[in-house]
Amino acid sequence: MTWNSRKDWMAVLAKADPARLAALMPDLPAHSFLRSPEVGAVMVQARAGGTGAPFNLGEMTVTRCSVQLTDGPVGHAWVQGRDARHSTHAAIMDALMHTPQAAALGSGVLDVLHREAQAARQARTEKAAATKVDFFTLVRGEDA
Amino acid sequence: MYVAVKGGERAIDNAHAWLAEERRGDPSVPELSVAQIREQMRLAVNRVMAEGSLFDPDLAALAIKQSRGDLIEAVFLLRAYRTTLPRLASSHPVDTGAMAVDRRISATFKDLPGGQVLGPTFDYTHRLLDFKLAAEGTVPPAPQTATTAAPVPHVMDILNRDGLIEAATPDNTLPPDLTREPMELPAARALRLQAITRGDEGFILSMAYSTQRGYGRTHAFVGELRIGHVAVEVDIPELGFAVEIGEIELSECETVNQFSGSRTQPAQFTRGYGLVFGQSERKAIAMSLVDRALRWQELGEDFTGAPAQDEEFVLMHADNVQATGFLEHIKLPHYVDFQAELELVRRLRADAIALQEAAE
Amino acid sequence: MNTHTLSGGFADAPIQSAQAFRAILDAMARPGKIMALHGAAPPAPLSMAAGVALLTLTDATTPLHLAGAADCAPVRDWVAFHIGARLVKAGDAAFALGTWAALQPVTRFATGLPDYPDRSATLIVEMDRLTNHGPTLTGPGIETATWLSLPETAAFRANRALFPMGFDCLFTCGSRIAGLPRSTKVEAL
Repeated sequence: MTWNSRKDWMAVLAKADPARLAALMPDLPAHSFLRSPEVGAVMVQARAGGTGAPFNLGEMTVTRCSVQLTDGPVGHAWVQGRDARHSTHAAIMDALMHTPQAAALGSGVLDVLHREAQAARQARTEKAAATKVDFFTLVRGEDA
Repeated sequence: MYVAVKGGERAIDNAHAWLAEERRGDPSVPELSVAQIREQMRLAVNRVMAEGSLFDPDLAALAIKQSRGDLIEAVFLLRAYRTTLPRLASSHPVDTGAMAVDRRISATFKDLPGGQVLGPTFDYTHRLLDFKLAAEGTVPPAPQTATTAAPVPHVMDILNRDGLIEAATPDNTLPPDLTREPMELPAARALRLQAITRGDEGFILSMAYSTQRGYGRTHAFVGELRIGHVAVEVDIPELGFAVEIGEIELSECETVNQFSGSRTQPAQFTRGYGLVFGQSERKAIAMSLVDRALRWQELGEDFTGAPAQDEEFVLMHADNVQATGFLEHIKLPHYVDFQAELELVRRLRADAIALQEAAE
Repeated sequence: MNTHTLSGGFADAPIQSAQAFRAILDAMARPGKIMALHGAAPPAPLSMAAGVALLTLTDATTPLHLAGAADCAPVRDWVAFHIGARLVKAGDAAFALGTWAALQPVTRFATGLPDYPDRSATLIVEMDRLTNHGPTLTGPGIETATWLSLPETAAFRANRALFPMGFDCLFTCGSRIAGLPRSTKVEAL
């Protein structure tokens, strides 16, 4: 898969397992923080009736951070949870996607994360599918 | 007379030390890890997240461990932690129509697109204690059926198409937030939904049950109940576009309720809505019934005096942290108040006795 | 958004914002007392004190109005990254920032409701100079009387007449800040 959209790769990084992301990025480039990892809350909104007027459902924890690599590129991350390393890795990865290393990291990190997330989701979908009810009619009332 | 007293510090320290020891229990029994609670007590974790109004399974599991399994105490701990967090943003409204469903059932249509998917449910279990669980063992993996993930449409869309049910028309009003502004009555539906989704499950359940027994009856059918994961998308100010920052598990219930109609308006079903963090289907169903009962005015129904129709009664008593705080504070020292009462009763008695003696 | 916009925030937010909050609290509690603020490098034309006050007092839940020269792209971007406050028109603002001239007419700003006098605006007024010379201040938090180089007196006297409603002011100049809550009486010298 080619990674052209920042929106796409940031989503993959945010949803990645922090330990898995760290394992895929063993060597971090030199960087400084424009915004040190900061834990906060995001208010999750939903809609009445699924599609109607918005209401506040409750908050979720989130960690954000912004880094600058020594050679210039800036990276941002907003990730669910309270893991400072997760946000740092994601922000560095975001910055690196603006460098010539983007193609290599796309296949070496993002593809792997994306594939694993897809597989996990597929497994859940298939477990759900196994619990789908097949109705069959025994006797119709009007025939009795 | 006011008497200032100090003291009890050593007693309090020792009480906390004993609490820590009791929390640990018998040291010959292995200690619970937070990860074990998160994974194996997941429905308790979900309840603490829903009523604590903060989606973070690790924190909720930690709160349960710290509170020795007292879930209201755990909710209190999570709420207290939440207040220390800066509010970084509000998300886009989540799209439950795009949910990756683990469970999705309808009580109104047997054959619906996407089918009846039972998911990991307690329904159809026999409620017999399973003594096999008393021993440790491995669980065989759940069966899988090859399929391709496809979006699962909302059941309401089917009724909507024929105009048989009231529409939930999107708008983008900024919703009120009771964690920032004190609740004012009458409350908009958005505020009511926020209050109910973080309300005590037992209270919401009882309110909903009371409507089924006739106190503000609304004849509810579960049009659809779905549980699964949705992505949360947030506008990132430094980028100028929205990004998915994670996924949360939600339970959603939509009810199809008694219809209303008039000479000018053809009869139409009405709806109630429930949406709760985590797999919390009892709460989601109860929420949708209470939401519907509270809509009596908007739908031109009569107020029958039922508690579930009474917005003040429901919203002001749904929060278990508030309720517990006020309830339990009466066990704290009220020595001075009580002295005053005691004095008064003694004086009244003395007056009465004096009168009696004078009469004799 | 350029890199300059992304710098100039607190390096150690928990400590620096707590220290700044304490100083601003003191400035509000002791009207006319000039305090020093440090730790931010906001883009021009914002003073350091105004930048620190914004970082400390505002966030995504406090609608902000930028008036006059303060309403420029570098400031808007800086606010977006470091604060996340929604930028709004004057009447909807919980906080407003600009020179006294740019904030006119100040009657545009929220002064609260009789039931909720707290639903009012705080004006951060950028000054060319800020000294203890000028109109006389008396009232809560002032032992006898003090003086502050206010831009005028009439507007503050009118605001005082609304009490308990009314807006509150913070005056900033370089790294200096002074407070003028709605409860202070202002008289021309």
